[in-house]
Amino acid sequence: MEYVLLLLGMGAVTYLPRLFPLVFLSRRELPRWFRGWLEFIPAAVLGALVLPQLLLSGPSGKVSFLCPHFLAAVPTFIFAWKTASLAGTVIVGMGSFWLLNRLLG
Amino acid sequence: MRGVVAAWPICLGYGAVGLAFGVLAANSGFAVWQIGLMSLLVYAGSSQFVAVAMAGSGMPAPAVILTTFTINLRHLLMSSSLAPHLKEMDRKWQPLFAYGITDESFAVNMTRFAGGNWGWPEALVLNHTANFAWILSTMAGGYTGQFVPPGAFGIDYALTAMFICLLIFQFKDYRFVLVAALAGILALFLSFLIERALAILIGSFLASPLGLFFRWNSNLKEDR
Repeated sequence: MEYVLLLLGMGAVTYLPRLFPLVFLSRRELPRWFRGWLEFIPAAVLGALVLPQLLLSGPSGKVSFLCPHFLAAVPTFIFAWKTASLAGTVIVGMGSFWLLNRLLG
Repeated sequence: MRGVVAAWPICLGYGAVGLAFGVLAANSGFAVWQIGLMSLLVYAGSSQFVAVAMAGSGMPAPAVILTTFTINLRHLLMSSSLAPHLKEMDRKWQPLFAYGITDESFAVNMTRFAGGNWGWPEALVLNHTANFAWILSTMAGGYTGQFVPPGAFGIDYALTAMFICLLIFQFKDYRFVLVAALAGILALFLSFLIERALAILIGSFLASPLGLFFRWNSNLKEDR
């Protein structure tokens, strides 16, 4: 029971930030500057998600350019840039990462 | 159906992470139903890992809930950004849609909305396909207690590669590159001071108005 209460608490604090903007912003005519700002959110969020993932995934927890996460990102980036294919990029990324782990590990 | 198909990279990634989570939780003494219930009620990967570690080491519930809140607060930005694309969606679907907003579903849906020929029904189906994959894989991990050896076929990299590709799709002109780079650098430095998830939120929140500044700048030039 205690565990279910914990989950309900965790669920509520996770759910409300997901719900509120949708409820309050989706039917409203938003000012231009605000819509302009929202346009940049995906790029900002993805940049903030990707860079620490690439550079801080080594065992040391320090910034490393020689870890498989970062090195595999190089061919992944190039492939994504050249082909704009999501499926291909995921496969190239996984393949490069797998290969680099075998070579370096 | 298109929502299900578009969710495949997410399902692949969630499958790998979900199995790993299930194994970890089972080894920390969580039962399969407890794992499944957490995936259903919370549905947020990184905070579930943290919660298992914290609850497993006997931390009090309020501390776990507060940490969960800070880790998942970044969905506020994503929900705001999705809102203008969901104007046509009936209000009764909003609670169900909001439940499925994650880093991954957000990134794929925004890319699809930008590409056109993508509506709220497809987006909603994508959200819940991903959710289903998450619940199923975490429970499967908890049930077997063992899984494909970590790193098999580079599956650990599936979500990272997906994010890289979706990031490139965002680069419509130099302003988007600048915003993403600044957000990444801010998040990187901040994650040495505060937990990673909060660093991602603050980094992207601070960096995103930069693009607006450039837009105003070019608007001013056009006006002259």
